[in-house]
Amino acid sequence: MSESAKLHPNPQGKGEKTHGSDFSYVGIDAILEQMRRKAMKQGFELNIMVVGQSGLGKSTLMNTLFKSKVSRKSVLPNPEERIPKTIEIKSISHDIEEKGVRMKLTVIDTPGFGDQINNENCWQPIMKFINDQYEVYLQEEININRKKRIPDSRVHCCIYFIPPTGHCLRPLDVEFMRRLSKVVNIVPVIAKADTLTLEERDYFKQTIREELRANGIDVYPQKEFDEDAEDRMINDKIREMIPFAVVGSDQEYQVNGKKILGRKTKWGTIEVENIAHCEFAYLRDLLIRTHMQNIKDITGSIHYETYRVRRLNESNALFSSQPSDHPAVQPKTNGQPEQQPSTLQANGVAAQHEALSHEM
Amino acid sequence: MRDVMDTIEHRNLEGYVGFANLPNQVYRKSVKRGFEFTLMVVGESGLGKSTLINSLFLTDLYSKDYPGPSQRIKKTVQVEQSKVLIKEGGVQLTLTIVDTPGFGDAVDNSNCWQPVINYIDSKCEDFLNAESRVNRRSMPDNRVHCCLYFIAPSGHGLKPLDIEFMKRLHDKVNVIPLIAKADTLTPEECQLFKKQIMKEIQEHKIKIYEFPDTEDEEDNKLIRKIKEKMPLAVVGSNVVVEVNGKKVRGRQYPWGVAEVENGEHCDFTVLRNMLIRTHMQDLKDVTNNVHYENYRSKKLAAVTCNGVDTSKTKGQLTKSPLAQMEEERREHVMKMKKMEAEMEQVFEMKVKEKKQKLKDSEAELERRHEQMKRNLEAQYKELEEKRRVFEEEKANWEAQQRILEQQKLDASKTMEKNKKKGKIF
Repeated sequence: MSESAKLHPNPQGKGEKTHGSDFSYVGIDAILEQMRRKAMKQGFELNIMVVGQSGLGKSTLMNTLFKSKVSRKSVLPNPEERIPKTIEIKSISHDIEEKGVRMKLTVIDTPGFGDQINNENCWQPIMKFINDQYEVYLQEEININRKKRIPDSRVHCCIYFIPPTGHCLRPLDVEFMRRLSKVVNIVPVIAKADTLTLEERDYFKQTIREELRANGIDVYPQKEFDEDAEDRMINDKIREMIPFAVVGSDQEYQVNGKKILGRKTKWGTIEVENIAHCEFAYLRDLLIRTHMQNIKDITGSIHYETYRVRRLNESNALFSSQPSDHPAVQPKTNGQPEQQPSTLQANGVAAQHEALSHEM
Repeated sequence: MRDVMDTIEHRNLEGYVGFANLPNQVYRKSVKRGFEFTLMVVGESGLGKSTLINSLFLTDLYSKDYPGPSQRIKKTVQVEQSKVLIKEGGVQLTLTIVDTPGFGDAVDNSNCWQPVINYIDSKCEDFLNAESRVNRRSMPDNRVHCCLYFIAPSGHGLKPLDIEFMKRLHDKVNVIPLIAKADTLTPEECQLFKKQIMKEIQEHKIKIYEFPDTEDEEDNKLIRKIKEKMPLAVVGSNVVVEVNGKKVRGRQYPWGVAEVENGEHCDFTVLRNMLIRTHMQDLKDVTNNVHYENYRSKKLAAVTCNGVDTSKTKGQLTKSPLAQMEEERREHVMKMKKMEAEMEQVFEMKVKEKKQKLKDSEAELERRHEQMKRNLEAQYKELEEKRRVFEEEKANWEAQQRILEQQKLDASKTMEKNKKKGKIF
């Protein structure tokens, strides 16, 4: 009797482990596949803003990042070489595709920043632009008849170019980053890093990190938005390395039989993707390969929500602040699951944000 | 009157006279006297100015113990000078380096060139005053002979600040623009950049230092070559690294070594040769003959036009020395009179103060005196009061006594009466 009883559960147990379409398998993990298919159909949007003095290689870096001519200079028919008298904001969009994944990339350039003799308040037009994008999104969101998928023109990430002086941050850099780290994700990079030797580079980075800390500037990845220990570990490694020392190039050369992007000088060729030469590969991985979604989430659920709370409180809108904290979630679960990946994540982070907004 | 100059003929000498030795005499005298040179470096912080100075003169003017002013970003533009005496081959050079930390670093850089202009003008003025003095034995030449302006290697063109600065300084000092940190540009980018800069310099009519043409055709060729390379793209370094077994000064990168003294890598050797080996004297001459004369004529024209000069001295060089002496004596007397007047003033003020003090103490004493008097009066009144009370009491008591006495008398009288009456019975 006991033998037969023993024999019975055994084959049953084996079956559980080996077959997928088995007794205890529900199929929740198939949602990942559904999400992937949906995302591929919809495509992604990414809006990057580049800020820095003229001549720091912003356009070249954008071209290098996306391996195509996406910068303002490559697109406009007659790129003006003169420095504009006031800051202009030029926004250029491209549709790029890789392995079936489509992306609408918008590069927002700011020629004229920091180039004048008197640069007082040169950050104003930029802040206004960022807030305008939030405003457009907000208006669309509180519309009664709103579109299925709100076009996202909010600035997800702002790359700030620091000139490679090798000493310390300039007052203009500190002012700008202090003000903008509160409304947008800032990723500082050291431009034209081929002008610094390795020791100078390390010293410069250390000085910059200290100054950022001393001035209370929180650049991406922000410490307070780490979700769990694993995140924190990854982000800590990144925080050790910022600001990235980058070199950009859109010209190809042959080195050791391989075709690589680089800059050729009389004393050697600088390979852009070689991590022994510069940290461009780290920046690219951060922005595109590993943290793109996280950047968009933080923009959507924290920076945008901050703006939204402020605006709605200001204008004493129809919604009271309590139930309107999750309108992004409620109607959407009734309707079609749009932008599902970001919404699901927004749920987790929105709770965190509620705590933040109540603190504010 | 015959013009003597027209009748100078060239004559051939028939033997060796010996005045070919004149240059040697000049040379010996100059070597004994030593040379002076003032070099100003202007540019945003972090462009490698201190490093370049160290490389040019092969000494650590700015070292770890005495870091250059550019190590800290200043809030306002300062003008700092450091003097150093260097010797080479028996020739001594008093080199003054003028640095301008804080230039172009603030958010608002309007008028950041003003301290620089003020400095240059003040040095010219010092020289002008020294020249106009009666006793001119020691006339140190502290005028700025050359200004190296550092342009950031953006690769595009000049910034508005660069243009503004050079426009304001090109007629006060020899301006030599340099492209700093040139190891960030590839050779093609460097060419384009240089062309763009020269175009903009010509557009804005900026007069940078021009190399003079010499009579020697060889030298002219070299000079033309230098002119084509303007503005010079420099890299500075005082660190020695090893390349292919050779020790060179350069910057070590993971992809190679940028050699400072390699003509193919940068124009540092051109700059050094030009600045020190060939054109130092010419820079000084141009400063003296062109820029200083500009300043001087402007200054003196202002004086003779208005007759009112806000500067310290009136440089009237057309007067004879005696008149000058008279002038000085008068000035001296005036100064003395002024000092006397001042001292009198001070003395009067002190006297007034003392008087005031005494008055105050007098008033104080009077007050106290009053108070004491009042105190005394009050006491006196009190005493009077007491005495009155006492008198009253006394009067009362006496009255009572009298009554008692009267009673006693009455009593004794009645007793006597009674006694008499009693005795009769």
